[in-house]
Amino acid sequence: MHTRWLMPGILLCVFVLSLIIHRFELLDSYLQLIVMYIGINIILTLSLNLINGYMGEFSVGHAGFMAVGAYIASFLTVKVIPAHLAAWLFPVAVIAGGMGAALVGLVVALPSFKTRGDYLAIVTLAFVMIVKSVIENIDALGGPRGFLGMEKLATLPWVFFWVILSLWIIRNLVYSNFGRGVLSIREDEVAGDLMSVNTRQVKVLAFTVSSFFAGIAGALFAHLLQFINPRSFDIIKSTDILIMVYLGGIGSIAGSILGATVYTVLLEILRPLGIWRMVLIPLILVLLMLFRPKGIMGLREFPWFVPLRDRLAGRLPRNKRGSS
Amino acid sequence: MTYVFQQLLNALQVGSIYALIALGYTMVYGILTMINFAHGDLFMVGAFFCFFAAIFLNLPFVPVLVISMVGVALLGVVIERCAYKPLRQAPRVSAIITALGVGLFLENFTLALNPYPKQVPQLLANTTWIFHGVSISSIALFIVILSLLLMLMLDLIVRRTMVGMAMRAISWDKAVVPLLGVPVDLIISLTFAIGTSLGGAAGVMYGLAYPVIDPYMGIMVGWKAFISAVVGGIGNIRGAMIGGYILGALEILVVAVMPSTYRDFVAFVLLLILLIFRPYGILGKPHPQKV
Amino acid sequence: MPVLETHHLTHHFGGLAAVSDFNLAIEPHELVGVIGPNGAGKTTVFNLITGVYRATDGSISFADTEIVGKTPSEITSLGIARTFQNIRLFRELTVLDNVRVAHYAQVRYNAIEALLHLGRFQTEEKSILEHSLDLLASLKLESYTDELSKNLPYGLQRRLEIARALATRPQLLLLDEPAAGMNPQEVGQLMEFIQWIRQEFKLTILLIEHQMHLVMGICERLLVLDFGETIAEGKPREIQNNPRVLEVYLGETQ
Repeated sequence: MHTRWLMPGILLCVFVLSLIIHRFELLDSYLQLIVMYIGINIILTLSLNLINGYMGEFSVGHAGFMAVGAYIASFLTVKVIPAHLAAWLFPVAVIAGGMGAALVGLVVALPSFKTRGDYLAIVTLAFVMIVKSVIENIDALGGPRGFLGMEKLATLPWVFFWVILSLWIIRNLVYSNFGRGVLSIREDEVAGDLMSVNTRQVKVLAFTVSSFFAGIAGALFAHLLQFINPRSFDIIKSTDILIMVYLGGIGSIAGSILGATVYTVLLEILRPLGIWRMVLIPLILVLLMLFRPKGIMGLREFPWFVPLRDRLAGRLPRNKRGSS
Repeated sequence: MTYVFQQLLNALQVGSIYALIALGYTMVYGILTMINFAHGDLFMVGAFFCFFAAIFLNLPFVPVLVISMVGVALLGVVIERCAYKPLRQAPRVSAIITALGVGLFLENFTLALNPYPKQVPQLLANTTWIFHGVSISSIALFIVILSLLLMLMLDLIVRRTMVGMAMRAISWDKAVVPLLGVPVDLIISLTFAIGTSLGGAAGVMYGLAYPVIDPYMGIMVGWKAFISAVVGGIGNIRGAMIGGYILGALEILVVAVMPSTYRDFVAFVLLLILLIFRPYGILGKPHPQKV
Repeated sequence: MPVLETHHLTHHFGGLAAVSDFNLAIEPHELVGVIGPNGAGKTTVFNLITGVYRATDGSISFADTEIVGKTPSEITSLGIARTFQNIRLFRELTVLDNVRVAHYAQVRYNAIEALLHLGRFQTEEKSILEHSLDLLASLKLESYTDELSKNLPYGLQRRLEIARALATRPQLLLLDEPAAGMNPQEVGQLMEFIQWIRQEFKLTILLIEHQMHLVMGICERLLVLDFGETIAEGKPREIQNNPRVLEVYLGETQ
């Protein structure tokens, strides 16, 4: 029985710790930055994993959703919300960014009803390019020069809070009726449809949740970097997130955390290599695809992330449980 | 009127380059149903081969073109053998991601060797003829004619030779063809070689028309060419040619009536509209699902 | 009153008529077989009934509702479930989850409740789990609950497909070649099994089969298709002696 409260207890402690670290500057600011990057990348990786890993579609649109979230939130905190209220209303701006991205995600989901596989990749790719060129053509958003003036509102406690929220919500989604619908689309969409899964509903929900959190991550990213421009959200950004998903493992929460952490840290460690770092990283990705195509934790889950009911449902040992 | 002709020539020049690159996408897709996302970067490598052959070996145009085409073709085959072949039975997503990885690798490797943009020397004398008020650059004309020749050759190879017949057979049915004694691996490698060499040729022509080259130039041009292939119906060779010229014409048209910053926007919106209303492109055919 | 009724059901692929003027009325609790040579249009009939294809012409009514034009998931939620000629399980999911997926339309919690695991979520999930485990137990699959479905032996995969179909709580079950790949002894067991699920789950069953032994043994009525046309209909004994059927169907197999 006490295990039920173990997880929330630990999380609360860590949250308090993050508040203390933030308040008293206990951690070197560079390290804090890295930790926050990891957090933002976890949100991005897990939310993309919902589409690419759990649902088995191939979206490369995450950079676009991030951009929508980042620009909406930044516009709000810089141009709309009075400066003295910005710190207080920051969550509102972040949520607005997420909602904006979710709305756009809904529109992008529509073509995915009809077309399969490669075509979603093309549609989302076109979407990233369109978002970029729309922003470049809006002067109020700074056009190609970028947008600045944000205060550094994304702090360690906030990032931690959003990471936990996204993990919790996406876990809940995965271990629900809709989540099983998502998995059935990956396994065999036609069979899923014939087993009463309303595939449209499932896709709409998955895309909305996924793009919502990408927007949240974008909003946090903007208020951590304090400067964004359209090039921060180009196809390279999407590729980064893809690498984290397929490095950590498809269809896995633990894998998403692992992928985001390993990749972010690896990039920092390899920084002295300069440009050769960017030569090495794609090479790692290719080798990964050749030798472990589902990623480190592909289709497997760490038991902590599995709700109790699903964990105890069967009689075989837990480690035999697959993606669900 | 002269303005229209002038723009038409520009459209043909851009369209030729798109069409040549689009062919590489569409040939690989036709035979492996795989999007070779690294193809745009092979085009870029072609332009850099052209630069190196011209600067360091001091060669004239024809050997430069041959070196670039052969070099890129070899690179294409090496990539296919090392990175794509082991994944033929794997989920298609693995192959797509590998291709993205290979593309990034090519970009960054080239960047590591060439931190600054390079200027391709003038390989051909450029004369400009004024014909009824329309100025025709010899290079533009040359690019269009050479592209058309290459495309004609490809069309002949695909339609008239044993290799072409084998290619069409493999794209039709991968299971049965090996039973007929067709060396599938060899044909696939040849397809890569031919497809990527056209990309290499496009890289050389790009270097003639727009001499400043950089390692990231393959990204946007590659995507445009890819859109061309989709517009024409991916997997369809003649479709890719038509698609390239359509996109070239469209871009020139957009720039003529709107600020040039809208060029990419319109190209991608066109792609989206097309995918919604005619997802299999102009010449492509839908594949019925089997239950 | 019939459970399922089709009138002039017709379907063209391009210019080719895969099914033409197919008329069928199945009474509650009946067990009807559709036979015919390969390519006769049998599976197409199933695909039309379950909404995978939209009929070119004709109507299908199920429990007094017109279902032509509805999506497969809508039709399944109305009470028609099916299995597939070549097994189409969710291979990377566990046996349990294969069955749980099929409860999709029965769930009464909304997306918000699902995202927060609140409200009706807990009780609903509990009852889905119980129903799934009961179903697996009654089909003797309970010892494989947590196994990935791709790891099951062939025969059990077929049985799991039926379990999954039953999880949608159908009135009408469509079985597409349930005996494919089975030896005579297994076919014997399958015949008993089909009779048993019909009683146990109060089902009406329509099945496609090639094994004449099975069809003649359990079906109460047969339809014979050839090139999309219904060439005979009647009791198994009548069909067995129908000269046209012998010529087209049995003649071909010999």
